[in-house]
Amino acid sequence: MQLSERHHEYWRKNLRLTAVLLAIWFVVTFVVIYFARELNEIVIFGFPFAFYMGAQGALIIYVLVIWFYAHRMNQLDKEFGVHEGDEE
Amino acid sequence: MSALTQSQFFSQLKKYYSFYTGGFIAFVIVLAFLEQMGLEPKYIGYIFLAATIALYAGIGIMSKTADVSEYYVAGRRVPALFNGMATGADWMSAASFIGMAGTLYLTGYDGLAFIMGWTGGYVLVALFLAPYLRKFGQFTIPDFLGSRYGGNLPRTIGVISAIICSFVYVVAQIYGVGIITARLTGLEFQIGVFVGLAGILVCSFLGGMRAVTWTQVAQYIILIIAYMTPVVWLSLNHTGNPIPQIAYGQVLQEVTAKEKELNDPATTLGAAEAAVRAIYKEKQLAAEDKVKALEAAIAAGTADTMVGEARAALDAELAELNAAPVPDAKKIEAKKKEIAELTGPDALLAKLKKAVDAAKKGTAPVAAHAEPFSGKGAEAKLLKGNPNATEAEVAAARAEDEAASDVKRRNFIALVLCLMVGTASLPHILMRYYTTPSVREARKSVFWSLFFIFLLYFTAPALAVLVKFEVYNNLVGSSFASLPAWVANWAAVDPTLMKITDLNKDGLVQLAEMTIGGDLIVLATPEIAGLPYVVSGMVAAGGLAAALSTADGLLLTIANALSHDVYYKMIDPKASTVRRLAISKGLLLVVALLAAYTASLKPGDILFLVGAAFSLAASAFFPALVLGVFWKRANYLGAVVGMIAGLAVCMYYMYTTYDFFGGVAANEWFAIKPIAAGVFGMPAGFIGVIIGSLLSKAPSKEIQELVDHVRYPSLEADIKTQAT
Repeated sequence: MQLSERHHEYWRKNLRLTAVLLAIWFVVTFVVIYFARELNEIVIFGFPFAFYMGAQGALIIYVLVIWFYAHRMNQLDKEFGVHEGDEE
Repeated sequence: MSALTQSQFFSQLKKYYSFYTGGFIAFVIVLAFLEQMGLEPKYIGYIFLAATIALYAGIGIMSKTADVSEYYVAGRRVPALFNGMATGADWMSAASFIGMAGTLYLTGYDGLAFIMGWTGGYVLVALFLAPYLRKFGQFTIPDFLGSRYGGNLPRTIGVISAIICSFVYVVAQIYGVGIITARLTGLEFQIGVFVGLAGILVCSFLGGMRAVTWTQVAQYIILIIAYMTPVVWLSLNHTGNPIPQIAYGQVLQEVTAKEKELNDPATTLGAAEAAVRAIYKEKQLAAEDKVKALEAAIAAGTADTMVGEARAALDAELAELNAAPVPDAKKIEAKKKEIAELTGPDALLAKLKKAVDAAKKGTAPVAAHAEPFSGKGAEAKLLKGNPNATEAEVAAARAEDEAASDVKRRNFIALVLCLMVGTASLPHILMRYYTTPSVREARKSVFWSLFFIFLLYFTAPALAVLVKFEVYNNLVGSSFASLPAWVANWAAVDPTLMKITDLNKDGLVQLAEMTIGGDLIVLATPEIAGLPYVVSGMVAAGGLAAALSTADGLLLTIANALSHDVYYKMIDPKASTVRRLAISKGLLLVVALLAAYTASLKPGDILFLVGAAFSLAASAFFPALVLGVFWKRANYLGAVVGMIAGLAVCMYYMYTTYDFFGGVAANEWFAIKPIAAGVFGMPAGFIGVIIGSLLSKAPSKEIQELVDHVRYPSLEADIKTQAT
């Protein structure tokens, strides 16, 4: 079928959201690892910062990123009328 | 049940599983009571094994099905929350449950690559794959490759890759099942493997994905309770805070302070450690001399006399063991094996070199737990040997340290990337997102999956630090005459897990006198925390649940790839439902037996193979799957070239650099270890898809419409791809 301008906008918004969340994922993982030696100088509640990020911080952010994606996309589906029929 | 609406079904499931969880807790309490009454630990082990396997079998039998959609994708009505739990159990293997905390104990920060890699991958699953695969809605991952790129070749490459990654992985799981069963009941390892196999088959054989799903939910509940109970108790005991994830910051600081003390020869404890290290240094030098002498003898052709001497020495030791007032059968057996293995000069050389490495390990100072990518310690060594070293010498040593540290960092990053992308490419995980009722639920389900996995993964680092604290504070410096019970028990049960000898004969325990195997950490935690045996039994049952659930998912993936993709889609598309299911079940049995047989041979390097599965999956699947959704121009030729290039580069790199295949480290590119080969395979895959696609013409209109169809959860006049 022919996609409308609204459909394209939905997809663009999806791509933008995906890119932003991927950037967050990249920073909390790879940027923190790259500077781990330096970041470990900062100590919060007994945890050296880079160690904390690797053991807990990054994980918490991953969970939040996925939650936000699911929440926002399910909202976008409705806004742009591409949501599925109600099952619940 | 099919008459129920989705929400009624959901609330019914919640009720069932709440009852089930309560039942499990009651069961443990009853056993604890029986233990107080004098029930022997051995029987507690048997009861746990029998009860949990009977439970999984019961769920398997209740979920038996003859419906194709039920068999392959559990009827596509698994609510997000429950699919999350099932994915958690599917995902967390014996290695996660038993090995993870141990790896962290032994390697500190550097072990966190696994924690981050095996959780961060779900971000990629959520953003790039799960919702789109669900909209596509077929049965397997090769299905998607087949429809998106057309033709049988992409599907075939997908099937082959899926089988390679899943098979090495399932062998490792069955191996884990064998070990746990053996430990829980005292049965032989090989028997343990086949008992475990029965546990796996009863559930997947009758009900396919449907049975596996509901069993995995049950297994998740057992494994998370089993993991958390001892850690919470340990944390409460040590810190007064029942939330280990918060409490261990304080403990980590104390551990760090202790590490400094142990490494400082000016303190009493530090001096004792230094004395033990000096003994190791002597051993290392002596062993190195022997290696040199043997090498010279081999060159001169007189090595046989040395082998003869070594054999005579072993024979004398065996005679001594036999002559003991109470002969130790285990030790005699081990000595006999040692003699049998001494076949010639090469075997002796390998043995001596091993002794050098073992002694060398003992000379290393205590590693700092929280420190990332520690260097080689060249600077410290230089200053210790020669306090008046010139500035140029110090600078050179420091540069050497930095270079070593940079290589470690590079490998850490590469490994994290491979594990993450591998997570997002393993077919047995992606398949789970076909089972949710809608795209919407698939998205939520990834959240629940990671949440349930996260519960275990963010506890493991806390457990590692808590046990380290216990060892550094209560074990180091204590007297050999009054070792804690758990140390003595485990040293007697399995010397590869716990070995402790008073090397410097001072009657006190030094850290360097202990060798701890990683798996000990989780297995011994209940005893360290002073909990009754029933908790140890529960932990073993949790490990069993973790291994069984993963093995279930993997076996199903392999059998489905063969029966659905190869047989139904390529050989006989007109096959009847009955026939398709019969073929699938037959193959499941064959694959399971083959995997169990392979596991019972105890192949070495099993951990490497598991790591390799991630690199292989990342190189073969990820580029073609992601570009298939996000790049309409990607086509048949691109997929074929990309998948082959990714797989080929990854396998070639492993082949030339890993010693198991006869490779050497000198062939490494940028000093990247073979386990992270995917870091080269992935780009090769992406480049392959792009170049191959641009060289041939754009995909047909139908395929472009398929891409649109997958991208939007619902379109007017939507085409239908969902298989039923």
